Amino acid sequence: MTETDLTYTTDEMMSVAAARALYDGASCFVGIGLPSTAANLARRTHAANLTLIYEAGALGAKPDRLPLSIGDGILGETADAVVSVPEVFNYWLQPGRIDVGFLGAAQLDRFANINTTVIGEYASPKVRLPGAGGAPEIAASCREVFVVVRQSRRTFVEQVDFVTSVGYGRDGTDRARLGLPGAGPTLVVTDLGIMRPDRETNELVLTGVHPGVDVERVREATGWDLRVAPDLATTPAPTATELTTLRELQAATGTDTGE
Amino acid sequence: MAEVVSLAEAVRSAVHDGDTLALEGFTHLIPVAAGQEIIRQRRRDLTLVRMTPDIVYDQLIGAGCARKLIFSWGGNPGVGSLHRFRDAVQNGWPAPLEVEEHSHAGMANRYVAGASGLPFAVLRGYAGTDLPGVTSTIKQITCPFTGEELAAVPALNPDVAIIHAQRADRAGNVQIWGLVGVQKEAVLASAHSIVTVEEVVDELTPVPGAIVLPSWAVTYVAEVPGGAHPSYAQGYSDRDNTYYQAWDAISRERDTFESWVSREVLV
Repeated sequence: MTETDLTYTTDEMMSVAAARALYDGASCFVGIGLPSTAANLARRTHAANLTLIYEAGALGAKPDRLPLSIGDGILGETADAVVSVPEVFNYWLQPGRIDVGFLGAAQLDRFANINTTVIGEYASPKVRLPGAGGAPEIAASCREVFVVVRQSRRTFVEQVDFVTSVGYGRDGTDRARLGLPGAGPTLVVTDLGIMRPDRETNELVLTGVHPGVDVERVREATGWDLRVAPDLATTPAPTATELTTLRELQAATGTDTGE
Repeated sequence: MAEVVSLAEAVRSAVHDGDTLALEGFTHLIPVAAGQEIIRQRRRDLTLVRMTPDIVYDQLIGAGCARKLIFSWGGNPGVGSLHRFRDAVQNGWPAPLEVEEHSHAGMANRYVAGASGLPFAVLRGYAGTDLPGVTSTIKQITCPFTGEELAAVPALNPDVAIIHAQRADRAGNVQIWGLVGVQKEAVLASAHSIVTVEEVVDELTPVPGAIVLPSWAVTYVAEVPGGAHPSYAQGYSDRDNTYYQAWDAISRERDTFESWVSREVLV
């Protein structure tokens, strides 16, 4: 048996940290890419009873490799139940049956609003992004939302160009005012660290850094004056089990999943 | 009753310039061959409806068939952007593309309303997002019983729905299984429909979880084995993931795309 190489990439740290946030027994609405990697890692490590829900209609999918698309055949073939797309959104998501919504973002702002629609003006965009998909209602109706995204000034902006999915709104107070059923984004995991919303203002605050990352580096990769929690934690490095499992999942996938 | 015809004949009879079309299939069973037949027959000014306009609509948009897109997520799944879609929106090439943009929940409910013969659908959606500000087909409505503010979206009733299914019998009854997406709703919401199938069989044997669209709910059935490629048909084919990656390079530049259309479609 070969020893696991314990040196790890920042992406591996991010996937491991995101996976750890998922708890056993939870139901999780999963987006493709980084969220799916983290959710599948969690199911194969500490959260064997995690129910993975994919918007294509797979409830309780148990893929043995990372799905390459939101409707990958392996999702339907391994699911507890396969349902239509209207049923996923109307019967399962909308009534608030799902614990965690796991989302990515092209832009994320100070109040955890997510943009996946356009960079620039909507009518004449600098970059036309894919759009909303299932995210607006996932962000509104899951009991809580985790966001996993690589950190840079391009992504972490003071104000998103377009609110595709609401975090806490433009000034941090919209969620309560709108009476949205879910708590909203409670956790943001990046390749540099971990952010959580301030209990009073809902502004994202740096609560943890990954090993070897200093606070200044995170602040430099953030487009607003990022506040730092007084009891800043350092994320424990990935364990051998976590790294082995993650690498096996990715090797079984064969092709790069992209995002 | 559905007529079993060739794909070319089905498109010639059912699809006209200026029509509103819905080609559905949520990653699974995408009617790609039918989309290419529409390009081959040079239909123009189409309003294209689809939750996830992936490669199939990138091809139609790049080929100049579309005037408007009604959608909720436009990307190359697992790979990245749709370059022809982006070029049309950002630069108006080959023609300006009007967009009407929703969420998946909104689009799914619009089909359900269309299939149900209702003028609109109600959902708990869009609240707090910028989508209602840019999409005129998202309105607020007050529940007459509880006073709750909800979103209302109008029914989708396309001229033609086009889907791919595993099989049909000779009478034109269609059987679909696996991830069934929103295809049943799209067919029932539309005035006419074309279903391409992997095979036409004498008898439809039961398959767990399968849905059946009765012949009298379908206009045309065409046998097109592999008609969902590069997506897949559960029980018949696997998703061609390499093709999705190859599409990124083919579609990135206008000239590589145009030579692909001439070489692979307009032949």
